[in-house]
Amino acid sequence: MSTAPSLEHDTSHGHHAAPYQGGVMRWLTTTNHKDIGTMYLTFALIMFFIGGAMILAVRAELFQPGLQLMQPEFFNQLIGVHALVMIFAALMPAATGFANWQIPLMIGAPDMALPRINNWGFWLLPPAATLLTLPFILALFGVGDGAVATGWTLYAPLSVQGGMGVDFAIFSIHILGISSILGSINIIVTIFNLRAPGMTMMKLPLFAWGWLITAFLLIATIPVLAGAVTMLLTDRHFGTHFFNAAGGGDPILFQHLFWFFGHPEVYILLLPIWGLIPHVLGTFSRKPIYGYKAQVYSFIAIGLLSVVVWAHHFFTAGMPVPALLYFMYSTMFISLPLAVLFFCWVATMWRGAMSFETPMLFAQGFIVLFGLAGLTGLVLADVAADAQYHHSYFVVAHFHYALFAGGIMGVMTGVYYWLPKWTGHMFSETLGKWHFWLTVISFNLTFMPQFFLGLAGMPRRIPDYALQFVEFNAISTVGAFILGFSQLIFAYNVYKCVKGGKKATDKVWEGADGLEWDLSSPPPHHSWEVQPVIK
Amino acid sequence: METDLADIDSTLPPRRNGGLVLKLLAIVAGAFAFAFALVPLYDALCAATGFNGKTSQQGKLGVGGISSASDAPSRIDFARTVTVEFTGTVMPGLPWEMRPLTTSLDLHPGELHQARFLVHNSSDKAIVGQAVPSVSPGQAAQHFEKLDCFCFSQQTLAPGETKELPLTFIVKPEIDEKIRTVTLSYAFFNVDGQKTAPKERE
Repeated sequence: MSTAPSLEHDTSHGHHAAPYQGGVMRWLTTTNHKDIGTMYLTFALIMFFIGGAMILAVRAELFQPGLQLMQPEFFNQLIGVHALVMIFAALMPAATGFANWQIPLMIGAPDMALPRINNWGFWLLPPAATLLTLPFILALFGVGDGAVATGWTLYAPLSVQGGMGVDFAIFSIHILGISSILGSINIIVTIFNLRAPGMTMMKLPLFAWGWLITAFLLIATIPVLAGAVTMLLTDRHFGTHFFNAAGGGDPILFQHLFWFFGHPEVYILLLPIWGLIPHVLGTFSRKPIYGYKAQVYSFIAIGLLSVVVWAHHFFTAGMPVPALLYFMYSTMFISLPLAVLFFCWVATMWRGAMSFETPMLFAQGFIVLFGLAGLTGLVLADVAADAQYHHSYFVVAHFHYALFAGGIMGVMTGVYYWLPKWTGHMFSETLGKWHFWLTVISFNLTFMPQFFLGLAGMPRRIPDYALQFVEFNAISTVGAFILGFSQLIFAYNVYKCVKGGKKATDKVWEGADGLEWDLSSPPPHHSWEVQPVIK
Repeated sequence: METDLADIDSTLPPRRNGGLVLKLLAIVAGAFAFAFALVPLYDALCAATGFNGKTSQQGKLGVGGISSASDAPSRIDFARTVTVEFTGTVMPGLPWEMRPLTTSLDLHPGELHQARFLVHNSSDKAIVGQAVPSVSPGQAAQHFEKLDCFCFSQQTLAPGETKELPLTFIVKPEIDEKIRTVTLSYAFFNVDGQKTAPKERE
């Protein structure tokens, strides 16, 4: 490793890599996977708070029946942009941030395979997020009528008729999609081409396997979403009639196109999490991961099944009975490979020497709460029952158990697990435990009542409600505010950990297993320059 | 920590990423094309199954509705009676009124029947409208055969004009015995309001 940062050194290799730069230019031009991973994670955290603030405004409006704080039009904008921000600008970038940091460390690669594309993939995100939220600001100055107000699903014909916020959302989705596709291609090429010698596919860490399936799902389904919103754009401005019944089109077609992407998207968000959870469980149970092969095959099975079940999102739109039955049974069939994963998670902990550090708490909280998402999903998959639950708060509660407890809490698990490796400092366990318990309790306080609201018939996406729903909505709003503000503890804990703290050992956790723990904490800027050999 | 990337590259065997990247980009392009391929596929599927209430036979006989011998219904199923209900709506942006003159018909499958709708242009300018039909339940759509329909072509109404629009149809005997009631609904759209003329519904 060079020790003399001389001018001569820089210039002699200047053709190959940009000279080391400080300040803003370092972050704008970096091709280092650790820098880019950090940027992805920071961006995700910022957008997580922006999306969270939006939904706290919504919950404040729903604290009481009647219209208190905002008009329905603004309410509609908030719920749709909240979802788009959380999915595309918080969860997905967080997962990509993990991939950037961890996949090269875990498979013994010196960097991602396509570092310049990696940089581009990240820097597309801030403009896309700006496009999505800019109409809010423009409306303040009297330009346009605010952001997209159709809900995140952008259903036609409402989205064909909407204001310019829809166009902003369409272009934002295009850019976010390009970013995800670039990130995915990079991850696939890295995993295929840069694994350490001797690391066969069946020795690949589960986190990399989960991400590999996610990456393939992304490149197969994001273009379909891009196609659907492109059709929407041409319907709006160029006289086509893809979704316009007057011209021979069909609005229901949009639902098919959207959910052909939208259902795999759920697994896109969750597969990286399912990949990292076993590592955490194994570490804190001080046992090897149980059922590695079974988990890999389950990932693949879920990936394949996820693209053939989409129509269960709109059972009530009208379908022939054989189609209803097919989509019902195929959806329920996904619970089998998922049950294999749950079994493996529990079996990994079984009779292990468990300890309950913050990452382990989050992993276990994830298992319990995500399990509830799975069970309520089975109810929704039932065609007969879905007629009642469709478009009710039951659905809202269900997918927040899947995407907050399954997605966000999974990301928290990963951050607490790997943060000491990345920063070289231990975070505060006390604050971590406070964060965990406040999150879990307030999460259930927020969303458990929504199951009951849905069962009682409260529809989603409406700013007002009937009087019998008052108590549950009030509880839910109180829970949401505790949940939202608890996340500030997380941000503070991460900030403190980046700035300093108790020195972390290389292995960090006593039971940790994997290549990344052989590196120093923090790892050198360029790691695995000589690839390790796997026996 | 400033080891140059050049040093790293030299320690690695040369890798060929280009081929794999191209293959992955081909998947992306294929998926994008697939989204557009779904449009005709979806139409074909709807026509074949009656999914979403699309009637499959409309326009097969052409405007004028002269049936060839082979298309004539072979039999009339006197054992069954099916109720056909008619309804019509005018979509936003079209200042017309519409109502069915025939609201409901009890018929035997295979019989030729006619239903009439009344449309009125309540504005002070001539407007071109297009009716889009939908049959429910969807499973009945493929057995609902329109021999002649005002929805086969665009309709122009002069200012204040009132017009009677006819529909000649057969409910084919192949219709599922469980279906006792079929509803035919028309939605009238303003063609002038569209940026280009919509393609004819056959």
